[in-house]
Amino acid sequence: MKSDIIKRPAVFTSSFKTLCMLALAVVLGAYGCSSSSMMDDTSATVPAIEPKPMTEVTPPSPDPRVGLKAGLFDAEEAIWNLNMLSQTPPPKDFVGVTNSDLAFKDNYVFQGNYNGVIVWDVSNPRSPELVVDYLCPASQSDVSVYGNLLFVSGEGFGGRLDCGTEGVQTAVSQERLRGIRIFDITNVEEPKYIANVQTCRGSHTHSLLKDPEDDENVYVYVSGSAPVRPAEEMPECVNAMPEDDPNSSLFRIEVIKVPLDNPQEAAIVSSPRIFEDLKAPPTHGLAPADLERVREAKERGAFVVEIGGSPRVLPDRFVNQLMGNVMQQRGNETGEPTAADSAALREQLPDMIAQMFGGGDAKERGPNQCHDITLYPEIGLAGGACEGYGLLLDITDPVNPKRVDAVADSNFSYWHSATFSNDGKKILFTDEWGGGGQPKCRETDPYEWGANALFTINDNREMEFQSYYKLPAPQTELENCVAHNGSLIPVPGREIMVQSWYQGGISVFDWTDVSNPVEIAFHDRGPTDSTSMGMGGSWSVYWYNGLIINSEIARGLDIFELEPSPYITQNEIDAANTIELDYLNAQGQPMFEWPTTFALAKAYVDQLDRNDGLSDADIASLRAGISSAERGNKNVLNELAGTIEAKAGSSSHSEKVHTLAQTLRDLASM
Amino acid sequence: MDILNLKSGMLFKAGKLVLILFLAAGLSACKSSQKATEEYDEEVSDTSGTHDELEKLFWARQDSARMNFTEADAEFMTKMIAHHAQALIMSRLAPENNASSQIQTLAARIINAQKDEIKSMQKWLRDREQPVPEVHIEGLNLMIHGLGKHHQHMDHTNMAGMLSPAQLKELSEAKGEEFDRLYLKYMIDHHKGAVTMVEKLFSTDGAAQDEGAFRLATDIQVDQKTEIERMQLMLDEITASK
Repeated sequence: MKSDIIKRPAVFTSSFKTLCMLALAVVLGAYGCSSSSMMDDTSATVPAIEPKPMTEVTPPSPDPRVGLKAGLFDAEEAIWNLNMLSQTPPPKDFVGVTNSDLAFKDNYVFQGNYNGVIVWDVSNPRSPELVVDYLCPASQSDVSVYGNLLFVSGEGFGGRLDCGTEGVQTAVSQERLRGIRIFDITNVEEPKYIANVQTCRGSHTHSLLKDPEDDENVYVYVSGSAPVRPAEEMPECVNAMPEDDPNSSLFRIEVIKVPLDNPQEAAIVSSPRIFEDLKAPPTHGLAPADLERVREAKERGAFVVEIGGSPRVLPDRFVNQLMGNVMQQRGNETGEPTAADSAALREQLPDMIAQMFGGGDAKERGPNQCHDITLYPEIGLAGGACEGYGLLLDITDPVNPKRVDAVADSNFSYWHSATFSNDGKKILFTDEWGGGGQPKCRETDPYEWGANALFTINDNREMEFQSYYKLPAPQTELENCVAHNGSLIPVPGREIMVQSWYQGGISVFDWTDVSNPVEIAFHDRGPTDSTSMGMGGSWSVYWYNGLIINSEIARGLDIFELEPSPYITQNEIDAANTIELDYLNAQGQPMFEWPTTFALAKAYVDQLDRNDGLSDADIASLRAGISSAERGNKNVLNELAGTIEAKAGSSSHSEKVHTLAQTLRDLASM
Repeated sequence: MDILNLKSGMLFKAGKLVLILFLAAGLSACKSSQKATEEYDEEVSDTSGTHDELEKLFWARQDSARMNFTEADAEFMTKMIAHHAQALIMSRLAPENNASSQIQTLAARIINAQKDEIKSMQKWLRDREQPVPEVHIEGLNLMIHGLGKHHQHMDHTNMAGMLSPAQLKELSEAKGEEFDRLYLKYMIDHHKGAVTMVEKLFSTDGAAQDEGAFRLATDIQVDQKTEIERMQLMLDEITASK
């Protein structure tokens, strides 16, 4: 039960295992704990911090992120509901070179850098230890791990097969690496460079797919947005439109199959054209006034067609022309259309329009490439962030992903990445407007631009737009800022995400109510430079086994933990921390399944308290009962479960009441 | 147009610009960051060096990386600033020419994006001690200052996708839906021109090895390609409803 009693002890010592011992010490009363975990009856029934609903979040005011003093390693900082455990500058060879994405295995953090890969041991998160800084330059050095393998993306023109630092000076060269590098990290201190898979557009990012049905291989989906390599450099690369050459390297992604017992054999096995025939999906771009005009036109009996996903009123001139065709076809030579002609036109209209504007031109092909694909194998879906579209892909056949839905958004500039809710019923896309190098969080930049768009996924696997979320604190001209990478924090029963906003810092927000996302924690620094905008800020921030780990482009590695607040209670943090992952690639999203613990039950009680799902008296008796059960009196649990189940029907959160009742029964039977 | 004629105090070596004495410490020139590290090894003892030491190393490394560019990179930035500037002229017409709300939104976003990119490209040039084009717009007239006399009156319209003065005038006189249609048509061509400029840069030996240049060029490429698709759809819709 380690997670129930770890209350941010003042000093972390060495490993996660040590934490368990510390926790034991707390139980034995041998170690003084600074926080609110006293196990007496009052604290059991009255929480130290009263949970508050998301409608009552009161952020610090004025926002302390405004006006922070600039500095590279000494910038002024603002923090809310997070506790910073450490900030560690990059190793010397990597200082001044861009830090990029993160992957995790055991107690190791793999931090990509344009100069190679930095491996940290974070057993003691207050003092991460450098394991190795492996020099092997390539941008963007996006990283993934699986088993004893490490995968690294190379896209820029200077990446070399031999990891040399001199770059590649010619436009055509056999020394260039653009694609995926594979390392054996059996001995993590000495990564062995064992294979390359070259791709036609390099690898801007990649996503690692572990198919639940396949234990012999893993798959790497490669997204590369840079131009196609010349055929003289790589003969299979074709920089032509697909209609001119069916082998075109454009309009497709690459799937690499990696045999785990022989990773040297890794190779591209398919290049799925997941964008083919992508019609313009519905946008929500029509203004209310436009929609009103369409409605009135329909009432008048005007012809309304769907073009580009939006209803359009056909002008009379156009209708007359089409009507003429229909009359001719039906043999009406009177010159006056009959009701039957009109009905026939209505019926044929969608096909006519499709024929006229269907064509085979650029718009039919849709996007050229994805920026990033988030794979969620447990539900068989992936979220593809692909130029002007957000795609939902079926990945049950890893080699042949199939598009099942697509959305566009008139406010979105460049679809960048995706995150699913744990139940797979919601998806969040980011818009990396300006590419990450521009200051898009100024007071004058619209809230909807460079933000997240939140969608629900219905039973037909269609995405439905709900709302936007953007970093609420305005940033300066000197800070590149836009929505970027993040991950879920596994608080059971809620959608909570931690996300990078470059020099906007990191933002933790709740999107359980997908129409009303709310920020509940943050960290931010002033600009890296007080005189001009330099690249800096948070590239990626992910939750991993109780820690929030941030790859800071200029400043290195930051580690945080959540600080309990009315918006995430200690019990909810403890329940989140019962999730223990062996590894994490955020773009290969894991499904969280919470073990049955007292922390889980107490987290649900806090949530019912927060949202008035049960009466105060019921909440108090639940807390007292669970506390007494924790001290050995488990008999009360079944009784409590029965009592609240009887009230579930009248609760505003009946599903959660049932879930809690089940958790209590499970605890009783343990 | 060879902007390199204007440079002084620079040495060219195998297509590389090497700025002598570029480090405060007076180290000899080097083009790879790795080299800079080695040279700083003596000064910075370990990773737990003080903030001051690390900061010194950070800026030295950034300075060193900046000198790893080619004339093609600098030319790309210089030309793209003028190219972007014309997009501002085109987009600023939208409100007064009674464009639809959809086009006004698009134009506002293009202004926002390209103004920021112009600043980034100016900074890129300034950081590398290159002549920095300053953009001055008066109505439909684009003036580029800061490149020396030779460039003041340069003809910008010979770049890919640039509108001729006649086309610009045509656009400025179009109103309402006709403006929407023309704006989309010309902006698609204009964006395609920018993509062509990026592709030309990328096919030049030694170009875009510079991290900042690669980033700016790829960002311009992907953003504008995406926007071309979106504008093409908008244009199809307008054509369809005619």
